[in-house]
Amino acid sequence: MPTEILMPALSPTMEEGKLAKWLVKEGDAVTSGDVIAEIETDKATMEVEAVDEGTVAKILVSEGTEGVKVNTPIAVLAGEGEDVSAAAEAASEETSEKPQATPEPGTEKAPSESANAPVAAAPKGPEPASDPEIPEGTEMVTTTVREALRDAMAEEMRLDGDVFVMGEEVAEYQGAYKITQGLLDEFGAKRVIDTPITEHGFAGLGVGAALGGLKPIVEFMTFNFAMQAIDQIINSAAKTLYMSGGQMGCPIVFRGPNGAAARVAAQHSQDYSSWYAHVPGLTVVQPWSAADAKGLLKSAIRSPNPVIFLENEILYGQSFEVPKIDDWTVPLGKAKVVKAGADVTLVSFGIGMTYAMKAAEELTEMGIDAEVIDLRTVRPLDIDTVLASVKKTGRCVTVEEGWPICSISSEIGFQLMEKAFDYLDAPVARVTGKDVPMPYAANLEKLALPSVADVIDAVKAVTYTA
Amino acid sequence: MATKPKTAASSSQGGTRSRSRQSTGRTATKTPVIAEFSKEEELVAYHDMLLIRRFEEKAGQLYGMGLIGGFCHLYIGQEAVVVGMQMALKPGDQVITGYRDHGHMLATGMEAKGVMAELTGRRGGYSKGKGGSMHMFSKEKAFYGGHGIVGAQVSLGTGLAFVNRYRETDNVTLAYFGDGASNQGQVYESFNMAKLWKLPVIYIIENNKYGMGTSVERASSNVDLSERGASFDIPGEQVDGMDVRAVKAAGDKAVAHCRAGKGPYILEMLTYRYRGHSMSDPAKYRSKEEVQKMRTEHDPIEQVRKRLLDKKWASEDELKGVDKDVRALVGEAAEFAQTDPEPDPSELWTDILR
Repeated sequence: MPTEILMPALSPTMEEGKLAKWLVKEGDAVTSGDVIAEIETDKATMEVEAVDEGTVAKILVSEGTEGVKVNTPIAVLAGEGEDVSAAAEAASEETSEKPQATPEPGTEKAPSESANAPVAAAPKGPEPASDPEIPEGTEMVTTTVREALRDAMAEEMRLDGDVFVMGEEVAEYQGAYKITQGLLDEFGAKRVIDTPITEHGFAGLGVGAALGGLKPIVEFMTFNFAMQAIDQIINSAAKTLYMSGGQMGCPIVFRGPNGAAARVAAQHSQDYSSWYAHVPGLTVVQPWSAADAKGLLKSAIRSPNPVIFLENEILYGQSFEVPKIDDWTVPLGKAKVVKAGADVTLVSFGIGMTYAMKAAEELTEMGIDAEVIDLRTVRPLDIDTVLASVKKTGRCVTVEEGWPICSISSEIGFQLMEKAFDYLDAPVARVTGKDVPMPYAANLEKLALPSVADVIDAVKAVTYTA
Repeated sequence: MATKPKTAASSSQGGTRSRSRQSTGRTATKTPVIAEFSKEEELVAYHDMLLIRRFEEKAGQLYGMGLIGGFCHLYIGQEAVVVGMQMALKPGDQVITGYRDHGHMLATGMEAKGVMAELTGRRGGYSKGKGGSMHMFSKEKAFYGGHGIVGAQVSLGTGLAFVNRYRETDNVTLAYFGDGASNQGQVYESFNMAKLWKLPVIYIIENNKYGMGTSVERASSNVDLSERGASFDIPGEQVDGMDVRAVKAAGDKAVAHCRAGKGPYILEMLTYRYRGHSMSDPAKYRSKEEVQKMRTEHDPIEQVRKRLLDKKWASEDELKGVDKDVRALVGEAAEFAQTDPEPDPSELWTDILR
């Protein structure tokens, strides 16, 4: 029986990649461990090794092909004693019957198949409605969140010699998630600094450097690891200005991916929005679109205060339109009405926006006109923008991936009760991650995260259309 | 590795030894460094140590009267450490420490009035009354606090040294911490980065023999804390922290090492606090005799006083005059700290963000 070689998943969030290069040709004999191809993901170029022994009977996907879905057969291997040409023929018949890859286990998050899943890495995300901050006629450039973040850092580092970036693998490795790609080349090792794996220490060192007058960008490989450093973030970064009677400012940005990625289980899948939003002295940002990621990160770096900048691994590869404007910044602490609507207000931020936007789209088809607000900054909370919307719609559903207890949703619900009680036509509903540690199993992980269906159900409940 | 765990007995005499270890961490020499002071240096040291002593006595008194609240950790007994180290610095060198910080602030030249008013929580305090005993700062004097979490100042201080290197100055940072903090993990994370990046930081371990109520022997597997940098190849020395001359000499050497771009240095100051850990500590974990012995035989101020008199560099009357001036300064500070108004209620909401 010939063996199919499938497009491998080379990272937890990879859904497709480019078959950059074949290192074998049809007729070549391979043994397990031989490097047979190079595959480019949005994070890195990786080598693919043969797992089985045999002869390459047919190459199904030619080199240079982009967007090859994970688990698509890319070649056929004839085993020992098998007829190579027969195997090749069988393979081409088979592939012509089903040219598309079958839906595979492990890619439940593939975009269009599953409405409930977060939007996948590759295709363009939903377009934000026209942003009033962008002048008419501005050229828009399709940019991934990853590139937008890198551009923001590079631009600010060009402007201000006191800005530097430090963290694990940010320099020579070019970033564990490639966010700092190219920065070492441009700015050198003095300003792009690889640290040892020592979160508590380098967070404290960064805060000390900020107290001393520099403007550090401290990257956590993920915010899960920042728990080792949370004392320095809260006790030193957030409180020193107050404790010093206004003498010692701490202009520092702590940034990195936050929240669930894909199948990385409980210790690597936590959303820290409400943890940091609890703390006076911190500014907490969680962008969704690339334009906001860029504009907000630039503002964060310029802020004289400590900023927690929560990114999302799944969003890194998504593309959005970014205005081509010199020095594009987005103000901290300002929410954005991404889609106007009359019937219900959806309030979300970060990757939660993917559920909210998709739900709004489906709700439109059902005749419910939802307004969608992207908070963008969760501390300070732009409650005025939410209030203005809820006073118009009378109904509100919050959407976030974090746990429900003491969440951003809890805060919004409470403030709406305080400030818009008489305008509410239904209790505020929240769609959040479930109140459990993140499970590993694909089906359980999916259940633990919010879904578009959850959002639609909540909207039906608050509009009494269930 | 030639780290020889010391027995409790061999290290318990405190304050009388000086020894140094080369940067390989393999050889140990026992050469007590006593740099003779000039008359001027002796007088400066006498005045500055006495100021701290009298200030702390007054703070203790005000605490007893209920005028100072919360935690209050007095520095009495340890004065030679900060005064000797300060004599080795130049303008622009930064200082950071933990919460036993009043002495450090006075040594850097911060005003007694502002410190005392902070202790009483008044608007004229260095932090407008919002920091208290453990949290005071002065950009002007390059004093960076005043930190309440044991060991946190070590990473922060390493960051200040990073600034010096980044800006390519030849300034050094003094990061003070206690024997208790020397067991915190982030201390070693900082040691590693400081050595890796050759940061100009002097780690000063003020070993006053007790982390709150736990003796060094009960808390540390190796009680020679000067060897704590061995696995990072950071040179370390034990210094008689009761002798201001030994402190200054060790400080000079460490400062020169840092200014020359050779990276961090560790000074373990063998010192002693006469008072409890904080004002609320009855200090039942040590004997009265132990305290008394340190006071009578090793008091840092008495040592200077005796030398000044022996060398006839000052008369009894002149030294009494110094004491009188110091008492007057402290008295003024205490008066200010009691009459200065509390912060305006509106201050509750200021200084949260810039």
